[in-house]
Amino acid sequence: MSTVPETLSYTEEHEWITEPAEGVVTIGITAYAADALGDIVYVSLPQEGASVEAGEPCGEAESTKSVSDIYAPVTGEVVAVNGSVEEDPAVINADPYGEGWLFKIRKDGESPDLLDAPAYSKLIEEA
Amino acid sequence: MSVPDTKKTPLHDIHDDLGATVTEFAGYLMPLRYGSETAEHQAVRTSAGLFDLSHMGEIFLTGPQAGAALDHALIGHLSALAVGRARYTMICDAAGGVLDDLIVYRLAAETFMVVANAANARTVLAELTKRSEGFEEATVDDRSDAYALIAVQGPKAQGILAKLTDAALADLKYYAILPGKVAGIDALIARTGYTGEDGFELFVSASDAVPVWRAVTEAGGDDLRPCGLSARDTLRLEAGMPLYGNELTAETTPFDAGLGRTVKFDKPGDFVGRTALAALADKAPERTLIGLVAQGRRVPRHGYDIVGSDGTPCGFVTSGAPSPTLGKPIAMGYIDAGHAEDTDLTVDIRGKNEPVDKVALPFYRRTP
Repeated sequence: MSTVPETLSYTEEHEWITEPAEGVVTIGITAYAADALGDIVYVSLPQEGASVEAGEPCGEAESTKSVSDIYAPVTGEVVAVNGSVEEDPAVINADPYGEGWLFKIRKDGESPDLLDAPAYSKLIEEA
Repeated sequence: MSVPDTKKTPLHDIHDDLGATVTEFAGYLMPLRYGSETAEHQAVRTSAGLFDLSHMGEIFLTGPQAGAALDHALIGHLSALAVGRARYTMICDAAGGVLDDLIVYRLAAETFMVVANAANARTVLAELTKRSEGFEEATVDDRSDAYALIAVQGPKAQGILAKLTDAALADLKYYAILPGKVAGIDALIARTGYTGEDGFELFVSASDAVPVWRAVTEAGGDDLRPCGLSARDTLRLEAGMPLYGNELTAETTPFDAGLGRTVKFDKPGDFVGRTALAALADKAPERTLIGLVAQGRRVPRHGYDIVGSDGTPCGFVTSGAPSPTLGKPIAMGYIDAGHAEDTDLTVDIRGKNEPVDKVALPFYRRTP
């Protein structure tokens, strides 16, 4: 059973988002998504400084069997990108909620509706 | 189309216990991977891997005319196969299209075992039955459910199996088979595989699958890792081996796939597809199967367009994956004959043309 930390919010695209700290949220993919993809061999992430829009693809993750879009869960500006997962994407499989974070966005406006941990747990149980 | 119930192999509970991620494949629930598929791949390249291939079809042809019936039904010259040897061959339709690729083992003078891909086993059985009708002394018998197939692949495979059998493994040649006992259980031991490594395939009674798997697991210890279909696919792709449904289809001829040598025109009698294949044999094929290595890190995948130096599509990718051994994305695909000399190819990866290098197949060859 994949872990779903209580303190995070989630999207239906299997990404997690932290609570904003001074307007900045951190984003990654869930343990469920990492397990489903298998070994991630390559990620492309948005550039620092890029403007991203909630729900729009802004990167991709390649695994042995498939490629998946990475979506911006909120609108805003990318203020940090995790270079170490670009170097070694296996970190995402090993620690999806920690060292495997992907990028940070300075939010612009309100967040769209996100799932809380119980709602996301229900989503992946039904998947 | 009705959806038949998904079948389980005799080893299904073991896969569950091992925590495998299972996937439906050709009507069977099969292990996709047990943990990291990359680690499984590397285990086969450097040590040994254990595979459940019980979904494969085993169809027996027996009787004095079994060899002649196979000569008629398949493109190979199976009546010339020595007892105890195996041959890679294909079954084609009248137009020369490939219905399946097969390994045929001659177990005795009048006993042949045809191993078919799971997805095609019913077609192969139906065609073999139909094509054998003129051969009264040949009997076709589907034993797919009676057999489990367990593969032990990798440089340490022989050492591991040697702990469990008195069979003369060291003398068993590549593409040869012999009956023996593995952990005291009757098995057909074949030196065949689909990984590009040395290795063995064990055909055992379905009811013996669990004890054989357990015995091999114990004998292998830390040198052996269970491997799923994901690793099997990257292993065969690195080895440049075609996969039915990808490189081979009913719209593909053996010549397209660079496997024209498997068509044996000089065998006795007529065979299904002969006229169409003979007409193709002397012509340059309209397309050829090539190997591609991506210059970047994005992966050319099944169905993506190959684009020529003039910017127009000139082929398509049949299989692609990140190669654990090369550390780069690799792919096989068909390219139109007119672009055979084109060295400036790209692949349209989700809307962006990514540069690729055309390379000779296979991508990986083991050091003997």
